[in-house]
Amino acid sequence: MSLNSKDLLGIRELTVEEINLILDTATPMKDILKRKIKKVPTLRGRTIVTFFYEPSTRTRSSFDLAAKYLSADTIAISPSTSSVVKGESLKDTALTIEAMGANIIIIRHSAAGSPHLLAKTVRASVINAGDGTHEHPTQALLDMYTIREKKGTLKGLKVAILGDILHSRVARSNIWGLTKMGAEVRVTGPATLMPAEIEKLGVKVYMSVEEALEGVDVINVLRIQLERQQQGLFPSIREYARLFGLNKQRLALARPDALVLHPGPMNRGVEIAPEIADGTQSVIVEQVTNGVAIRMALLYLLSGEEDSNEITG
Amino acid sequence: MMKEKAQILDAQGIQRALTRIAHEIIERNKGTENLVLIGIRRRGVPLANRLAEKIRQIEGTSVEVGILDITLYRDDLTTLAYHPVVHRTEINFPVKDKIIVLVDDVIYTGRTIRAALDALIDLGRPEVIQLAALIDRGHRELPIRADYIGKNVPTSRKEEVSVRLNETDGEEKVIILESIE
Repeated sequence: MSLNSKDLLGIRELTVEEINLILDTATPMKDILKRKIKKVPTLRGRTIVTFFYEPSTRTRSSFDLAAKYLSADTIAISPSTSSVVKGESLKDTALTIEAMGANIIIIRHSAAGSPHLLAKTVRASVINAGDGTHEHPTQALLDMYTIREKKGTLKGLKVAILGDILHSRVARSNIWGLTKMGAEVRVTGPATLMPAEIEKLGVKVYMSVEEALEGVDVINVLRIQLERQQQGLFPSIREYARLFGLNKQRLALARPDALVLHPGPMNRGVEIAPEIADGTQSVIVEQVTNGVAIRMALLYLLSGEEDSNEITG
Repeated sequence: MMKEKAQILDAQGIQRALTRIAHEIIERNKGTENLVLIGIRRRGVPLANRLAEKIRQIEGTSVEVGILDITLYRDDLTTLAYHPVVHRTEINFPVKDKIIVLVDDVIYTGRTIRAALDALIDLGRPEVIQLAALIDRGHRELPIRADYIGKNVPTSRKEEVSVRLNETDGEEKVIILESIE
């Protein structure tokens, strides 16, 4: 069994079988995280580079730990401390990294499609750790893993995604993944943060948060990207919290055993009430652990013999 | 293509071999105190369960059985284009200070056992690790030998030893396969 491509660029390109393979492989990886000695020799001698053009704590350290638990060597490159500040292009930087022997390059970039460009340039495997507002595939995989772990399946579940759908790569990857796996996906949030024609992706759009949450099995709360709110897409933080934030009353509309997910970092008291973030239905902390397991699974599955992978394009 | 060359053991032969190994395990370890059995996926697992059942019948004590998946410890992953599916290791007891009998169907190059030893030692520090194999077909590439062997079968490297068990294959026999060009 293996993945069809040398890269993981998005959920959109993955088949149901590939998603299942990744999720199934994450389970034995999670067992390693529970052990006293969290290390297996699987990727000994492999080099993995994290190349993040945007700030990140959890995704980057999650990949870093995943690589280390599998005994790979890792280096982190930041644009501010690399030749990017001297005007070097993404392509040239990547070729340099590859020439130093990197087997897997993990990239986060503010421009959608950057990982795709990179994947065509280098022989190394490329993993998309978030490209602009396009995709964040590993987050969607860890969300699906967390839901499947708690609910046993994804098929037939009702999942509501709540918040800033417009700017959210997490939302887009989740929509592609969850609908592919047979879940019913609802999206809701301020009308100004709802992309036009989003229903074409196979989701139901709700202008009322209350209606959207009615009877759902899972609520995935998105972060309000305060850094992207200069354009005034909603009047104020307080008003957002009052109209769209997940509070006790709104949570009560969902099924009593509904799960609450959040990709983090959270704005407590804005998109999610603190008592829900810390409540019994929240799986937010487990999402972080599962993120390491999912990334270990991906690094394992993408680390096959390079010669067997054809470069396309 | 592989074709059957000879049958080495039938269902009864497998039974007898396992009964003898069970007796040897009890004898060598003077009982079952601190004893656990760990089967290597895939066919080592039903064999470990059967040995545990035989030990229970002989001694009247039950020994715990664990399952070891060695995929992440293989030394040939870097040369494989397609990686094998990783399964769970299910050892729900501490291995520290235990007498572990590692169980597999066939011992051949010794590389599987080496990987299993690495995997086990990462879980803790057992007092002793012993090895039981239903078939020893020779051709070792590492200095490893089994403590309990069901049957020694000299083979050529071109041949294959196939252990078929009810639990995994729906039949019960050990055969030698040879390739036909």
